[in-house]
Amino acid sequence: MSCWQTISDYGLRSLGIGEKLLPRSDFTLCQQFTLIGSGLIWNIYFGVLALVAGFAIATAVAVGKGSRNRLIRKTCEWFVFVFRGSPLFIQFFFGYFLFLGLKTSHPALAPLTAAAVGALIVLILNTAAYSAEIFYGALQSIPKGDVEAADAYGMSGFSRFRRVIWPTMLRLGWPAYTNEAIFLFHATTLVFFSGFPTTKQMGDALYYANYFADKTFNPFIPYPILAGYFILLTLTVTGLFGLVNRRLNRHLPAASGSKIRLRMPLLR
Amino acid sequence: MFDHCTDPGTLDGLSWLYCYLTTGKHQSMYWAIGTVLLLLVITAPAALIFGFGGATAARSRFAPLSWLGRGYIAIVRGVPDIAFFLFFVIALDQAFEYVRHKIKCPDWDQPIRQGNDFVVCAAAKLPLSTSPQWVHETYGFFLAVLTFAIVFGAFAANVLYGAMQAVPKAQIETAEAYGMSHRQSFWRILVPQMWVYALPGLSNLWMVLIKATPLLFLLGVEDIVYWARELGGSKTRQFTDFPHGDWRMWYFAALLVFYLMFTRVSEIILGRIMLRLTKGQATTAGEAQRKAAV
Repeated sequence: MSCWQTISDYGLRSLGIGEKLLPRSDFTLCQQFTLIGSGLIWNIYFGVLALVAGFAIATAVAVGKGSRNRLIRKTCEWFVFVFRGSPLFIQFFFGYFLFLGLKTSHPALAPLTAAAVGALIVLILNTAAYSAEIFYGALQSIPKGDVEAADAYGMSGFSRFRRVIWPTMLRLGWPAYTNEAIFLFHATTLVFFSGFPTTKQMGDALYYANYFADKTFNPFIPYPILAGYFILLTLTVTGLFGLVNRRLNRHLPAASGSKIRLRMPLLR
Repeated sequence: MFDHCTDPGTLDGLSWLYCYLTTGKHQSMYWAIGTVLLLLVITAPAALIFGFGGATAARSRFAPLSWLGRGYIAIVRGVPDIAFFLFFVIALDQAFEYVRHKIKCPDWDQPIRQGNDFVVCAAAKLPLSTSPQWVHETYGFFLAVLTFAIVFGAFAANVLYGAMQAVPKAQIETAEAYGMSHRQSFWRILVPQMWVYALPGLSNLWMVLIKATPLLFLLGVEDIVYWARELGGSKTRQFTDFPHGDWRMWYFAALLVFYLMFTRVSEIILGRIMLRLTKGQATTAGEAQRKAAV
């Protein structure tokens, strides 16, 4: 069987399109590359959607954490504390069994037990908490002069936030947020190992890598393939976030624009 | 366990719950918390040793060694940690068995990898198939510890490497001016001073390590996640004196609270240590303390 044939059979296998049965014996390198790559679709799905939704929530929570209203502030602080202080792995398990319970009492909520929805919700809340902490830190370190200048121009309320505070917050928090995005993509590999079941063997990249390692009892081929894919993914994320970083800093002299450096591991 | 617990059917309310939570299986779960703590106690220093080795290698003036150190840091950080956990547990096991096979059975002529099987002679199996259950469990735990140490060693190496760079250059230059050799200035000047720069990173790492302990479950160790799934599942009257529905959600809620308290306590303790260490240091935090005291 040629490699092209394998790619057309298994290229979209993680979405349930193509050959029904996974290969069972005589595994070729091509099969391993194709299936693990196919599983990467799920990692990108979880990562991108969680980033987009998490970003919006994180901004709100970061602002709420700095709120003068005690109730709002405490709620936001607890949200961040619960999701940053406990392991994502346990959060997945808890979420899954919570959704199972909801399903029995309200059958309409059944889709929540599927990884595509339920795990995504957990990931969104988790990344929102981590990003909120980053943005909160950035909000705290906005130069006083910037806000005073906005006041002097007669801006206040929402327009001051949208035109001055928010862009500055993003600019200051962006390097740390890039790291968070990378570790979010890494965290997506946990989904199918933490309660959420796979349907018809449609799993993510690590699921297929683990499948091959279990079947061949040889971890030295599938895991390095997975590692290669993830290094590519990490480089892509760094590149895209670097472009945004350039845009955020475009009004500053080139030398003082903060460069994104990969530092401080932030995995959960 | 207790006398009044012998007939759970007659109990209700709190006394039922009390008897339920002290059954033998629940006590295994409480012991599993000990497993988690043991893992942390062994892994933290082991990871620090790996990290120190990695950071020193990355700083080495001998290029291949430096590449090795940098590669170690970069690869572990670029790839999801779970992938490493799943990889190393099999890879280390096979590596150990392979080495033992080469030593113990030199006249074995069949290939070790036969299709989808990894075949070594019986004497090289780890642990030996005749050994008792506890040896198997200990070996599994040992592999898990080693895996954790390798992965977290890379994170620690990253932190320590940064800390070594953060020590003011003038300190090393002064040491050299006094005629210290490279080795002497490293051990006498650099190493004692780097810890205060490393501490924020290392305490972050400690938190990450705590939050990684549930992954023991994936490595096949019977840890608290295993017991929470096991005990929480619905039980019928046939198999237990304490029948209940699907309580796994509550068990995991309890684990969530356990980890929250654990990280919170660590945070407070690490904050105190940091406060002590920065006292009198020429850093921003130390300066702030000095000003507050005046």
